[in-house]
Amino acid sequence: MDCLLSVTIGARRTTKILEVSKLGCVRGDRRLFSGVDFSVAPGTFVQLTGPNGSGKTSLLRILCGLLPPAEGQITWEGANIRSLGEEYVAVVTYLGHRHGIKDELSASENLRITNALNGIPLSKERALEALGQMGLAGRESLPARLLSEGQRRRVALARLLVCNTKLWLLDEVLTSLDKAAVTLVRSLIENHLNGGGIVIVATHQELEVAAGRTKRLELTT
Amino acid sequence: MYRFCFHPGPLRQPSGYLWSEIIADCQLPIADLNGRAADANELAMGSQKLAIKMNLYKYASPANFYPLAGKMIPWFAIPAALLFATGLFVGFFIAPSDFQQGDAYRIIFIHVPAAWMGMFLYILMAIYAGIGWAFNARLSSMMASSLAVTGAMFTALSLITGAFWGKPTWGTWWVWDARMTSTLILMFLYIGFISLQAAIDDPRRADRAGAVLALVGVINVPIIYFSVQWWNTLHQGATIRILQKPTIKGSMLAALLIMLAACWLYSVAVVLIRLRCIILEREQNASRFAEVGV
Amino acid sequence: MLRWIVWRDLMLAWRRRSDMLSTVFFFVIVVSLFPLGIGPETQLLRTIAPGVVWVAALLASMLSLGRLFANDYQDGTLEQLLLTPQPLFLVVLGKTLAHWIVAEVPLVLIAPLVGVQFDLTKETLWILFVSLLLGTPVLSLIGSVGAALTLGLRGGGVLISILVLPLYIPALIFGAGAVEASIMGSTPSAHLSLLGAFAIVSLLFSPWATAAALRISLE
Repeated sequence: MDCLLSVTIGARRTTKILEVSKLGCVRGDRRLFSGVDFSVAPGTFVQLTGPNGSGKTSLLRILCGLLPPAEGQITWEGANIRSLGEEYVAVVTYLGHRHGIKDELSASENLRITNALNGIPLSKERALEALGQMGLAGRESLPARLLSEGQRRRVALARLLVCNTKLWLLDEVLTSLDKAAVTLVRSLIENHLNGGGIVIVATHQELEVAAGRTKRLELTT
Repeated sequence: MYRFCFHPGPLRQPSGYLWSEIIADCQLPIADLNGRAADANELAMGSQKLAIKMNLYKYASPANFYPLAGKMIPWFAIPAALLFATGLFVGFFIAPSDFQQGDAYRIIFIHVPAAWMGMFLYILMAIYAGIGWAFNARLSSMMASSLAVTGAMFTALSLITGAFWGKPTWGTWWVWDARMTSTLILMFLYIGFISLQAAIDDPRRADRAGAVLALVGVINVPIIYFSVQWWNTLHQGATIRILQKPTIKGSMLAALLIMLAACWLYSVAVVLIRLRCIILEREQNASRFAEVGV
Repeated sequence: MLRWIVWRDLMLAWRRRSDMLSTVFFFVIVVSLFPLGIGPETQLLRTIAPGVVWVAALLASMLSLGRLFANDYQDGTLEQLLLTPQPLFLVVLGKTLAHWIVAEVPLVLIAPLVGVQFDLTKETLWILFVSLLLGTPVLSLIGSVGAALTLGLRGGGVLISILVLPLYIPALIFGAGAVEASIMGSTPSAHLSLLGAFAIVSLLFSPWATAAALRISLE
């Protein structure tokens, strides 16, 4: 079925660097959504809402390039992300449903390896500092399987502190987080928005941020 | 609604047209091609070439190819049946007995065409799967899936007839000569392709995964064939070649060629029938089917 | 960058050492089954040794292939690897190299010991070692294509085997052929060269095929 798109824009326009036009998605036999159009300027927080199965995860995966869309295209700074290839990937951080954390490695090893693979070497001290900020002081060297679900989520989120990408795509990252952690995430997002970054979050919970513009995108089945 | 497809349907190649010409023409605002060919033709009345091109691209869509395939099937099935009858008659009754192998050799009139078809269809399947993957053409991928089953059937037939040939000629039901062994491995490659597509629920992922496997297989096939030849010569030593083809006389060659043609026509007919079934299964949600009247 | 992926995978394998050892045990057990099934006659065993050891190595590799990508797929690290600025075929090459070191090299090292059970001479044991050393990279490389294609599917290990074992046949023929040539007293150099050539061809083509298959499986 077609999707209904509702957009509320907070303020005046500025140059849009992420533009999505006529995006459509088909998974298996089902059409999840079609005709999705929106564009985002730096410093914008986009909240993606919708019931289960409406295609939020698929939209985020299309935005990060893992999933090719059935129709439409996405441009970043004027160029199609398909032709940008690795250049686009270098400005995106995607945190999905699954943590992206290896259970056998410790929190600090996870963080350092992820960063190294993304081309940003991270010193041990900086990693420990970032993990401390996420509330994991004292647990950085434990294998991740000994951490609780919420703590593993915090390790995954610690990446946001040490990456320097402009576009953050966060898929249901607030699950299993307590109130303190949610506040932490909110401040992370606000700092990023103040620095001119873009955050697109798919979430069931309302997340109010006090910085930048907010856009709401609702996908309905 | 502008509708344009950049890829030709699997059985129609727009030969002689330049790609740029085709793409430029496709971008003209023509009414929706699906189900409204009459209008497209009217609008393109001034240019006969344009009308022909539009009709060709229309068939790249599974829903439109479905009725065309239905019309094509009898044109292949009936000649196939006739040629089978002719070929078997010539092969079994007219061609002379072989000096060494007697009448038992006559099984080659089924065995050899079947083996060749098994091989050709694998390559064809890989090509269609590759096109379906590269150009995101669903119909090409469905064609590949359809070809796989027929190819596997011919390969199995060639293995069974090979066994029937081996028993009276050499005394055993199975011989490990280079040809039979390569055919056996080809059978495994077909089984792998079919199993992989059967195990994947998402049809597009199944198409693309099958394409990767088929292309890897096609590259490997010459290597496998060469290595099996090597293996066979090493272990054969001085013994004579098993299952040697008898010296070919005119009528034998005629029978072989007739049977080969019959197998080709049969393959086209059967692959189209299966393709129609696959189209029905996969396109059941497409509203266009209502127009086509299925 | 290749370094980081290899090091990461090696560290992960080290922390799950039991997996590595189980592959070796499987290999040893399977090889020992053949004399039990066929009979202890030395001449016969010497004849079947190359084939038996090679086939057991193939089967043991099949078992370990499931682990190549499945673990990363389940905890979400595989899609993160796809989202790094590294070319995907390098990532694949790194993981395959790590898999070879962890799963195949122990087999190669144990094979001469196992070959002693079949009463092979020292020269033949050396050829066995070399043939497996050249052939096991092929097993990892071609196997990675199968592992990537079957990510997340039910039917798991058996499906990988159906896909990949036919593609291994040239390696089996050349590898076992080399050992057999050595037993017969002739030179195995032709077999080993062909095996080496096949290994190089796999090295050139497999990472690309695996990268394409990974993208397809992760959609």
